[in-house]
Amino acid sequence: MKKNLIWSWFWIILSLLYFFVPLILTFVFSLQTLKDQFSFISYQRVFEDRGFIRSLIFSTEIGIVTIFLSLALMIPTVYWVRLKAPRIRPVIEFISLLPFVIPAIVLVFGLIRVFSGGLLPLTNTHLGTNFLLVAAYVVIGFPYLYRSIDAGMGAIDVVTLTEAAQSLGANWFTIMFRVIIPNLRAAIFSATFLTLAIVMGEFTVATFLVGLKSFGPYLWQVNQNRAYEGSALVIVSFLITWAFMGLIVLVGRGAGASDAAGPR
Amino acid sequence: MSNNSDVVASGEYHPKPPFRRKLSFAWAGVLPFLIFAFLFLGLPSFTLFIGGFQDSEGHFTLANIYGLFTPSILSAYWVTIRISFATALIGGLFGFFLAYALVLGGVPSWVRSALMTFSGVASNFAGVPLAQAFIFTLGRVGILTVFLRELLNIDLYEQGFSLYSFWGLTITYLYFQLPLMVLVITPALEGLKKEWREAAEILGATPGQYWWHVGIPVLMPSLLGSMILLFGNSFGAYATALSLTGGLINLVTILIGSQIRGDVLHNPNLGYALAFGMVVVMAVTMSAYYLLRRRSERWLRK
Repeated sequence: MKKNLIWSWFWIILSLLYFFVPLILTFVFSLQTLKDQFSFISYQRVFEDRGFIRSLIFSTEIGIVTIFLSLALMIPTVYWVRLKAPRIRPVIEFISLLPFVIPAIVLVFGLIRVFSGGLLPLTNTHLGTNFLLVAAYVVIGFPYLYRSIDAGMGAIDVVTLTEAAQSLGANWFTIMFRVIIPNLRAAIFSATFLTLAIVMGEFTVATFLVGLKSFGPYLWQVNQNRAYEGSALVIVSFLITWAFMGLIVLVGRGAGASDAAGPR
Repeated sequence: MSNNSDVVASGEYHPKPPFRRKLSFAWAGVLPFLIFAFLFLGLPSFTLFIGGFQDSEGHFTLANIYGLFTPSILSAYWVTIRISFATALIGGLFGFFLAYALVLGGVPSWVRSALMTFSGVASNFAGVPLAQAFIFTLGRVGILTVFLRELLNIDLYEQGFSLYSFWGLTITYLYFQLPLMVLVITPALEGLKKEWREAAEILGATPGQYWWHVGIPVLMPSLLGSMILLFGNSFGAYATALSLTGGLINLVTILIGSQIRGDVLHNPNLGYALAFGMVVVMAVTMSAYYLLRRRSERWLRK
């Protein structure tokens, strides 16, 4: 048993070193803008750069629109399937898991091919391109969102709740917003924060559709040209991810975070 | 889709049988979802698929598929597969050891929950920031590289190490592979019942025998399945590789990226075939993962 414990600590400490050394050294790097002393100048420069604020706001907006569209699409669908059409549940589940099979780079390739001409030339306008970006993120978020919402609805008895509400005279709007959605709070919050964590730093889709306007490509650009500010941005970006994931834990369940494929 | 044509046809000639109407009613509620998925998931994939089988004038051809078997493209697939395999195997093993230490290693429970939470964060910390963090650490002028050279007189790059190479990429990918393995293998380890171990011990089994005859066979589907998931996870990685190597390493994703930016293959349709080839590999990978996961769930039922 003693030997067992030593091995456990060995693996844990080894992993902690591997996980934290790059972060700590990146932080140290970001403090070295001035030759002979530690300073936070690189951070000051990052925050003063207008591109930083602009791209951060842009990505946040895209993230928020993504969440609303995803929820508007997924909650009624999962609810409907559970209530009226349990037989087509496997179909919805299958479609929701498909994005795991299609790498982001392939998805954006296909989206550009379909929507840069033809019947729906979305990439011709800024609004259209932004919408395409949102659509791509909604699709990338399908697996997480589906699992989160489906698990949330599984935990409450949707059919009974609906019938109870109906017998009390509630209409569909009331049922949705005052019965179903409040009961899904935990699932919705964890899906929301995970989506935000993924969208905020996403690079692959963003770089081909909107480029430096969004945070991921902006971060990349800064790192190509200005190493110290780049390292400061890396730390900021890690803190953003950390904050959202921390919020998920705070909300109560790590559901949805347990599978593949964020912005690799 | 066939339901719609039924509605049109039946409206003109005969009333629909009642169960038909019920079925289309059932589909109606999921229509927004289906339309969205069709437009932004189905159509893009399908277009690439069709494009892969067309020549520049739109005629059917298998030339692009043959084109995938030329040395430059085969080597891109081969490098991608090797990296994914290496990170799946190494990440899988180390992740398993770490998860084992956390679940069965007898460490305090706060250590376990702290590390599980961290795994959730780290498995989502990928792409450009991750690659840059490793460049600042182990790159040519990274702090660790310089430290080792100046103070310990070990020059990693003289010794043949390079962060911008196969192994550098592998080390970097492990940062999201290892925690992902911890997250997906933990339920399987928790499913190992104490009774099995006790029963084995009462019957006189050594720990080695227990693992060989009970532990490993029970865990095998989960282990394999998780590693396959890890394989798929790094197979589609683009941002990390691009920002680490500046696009110098010949991965399929990098090749597709250059193809989108400016037709480096000089044949758009070959690009579509290349992209669809990735989907085929991923489809095989993920199907294997789900089959194995279903198998492993048999043991996990409480």
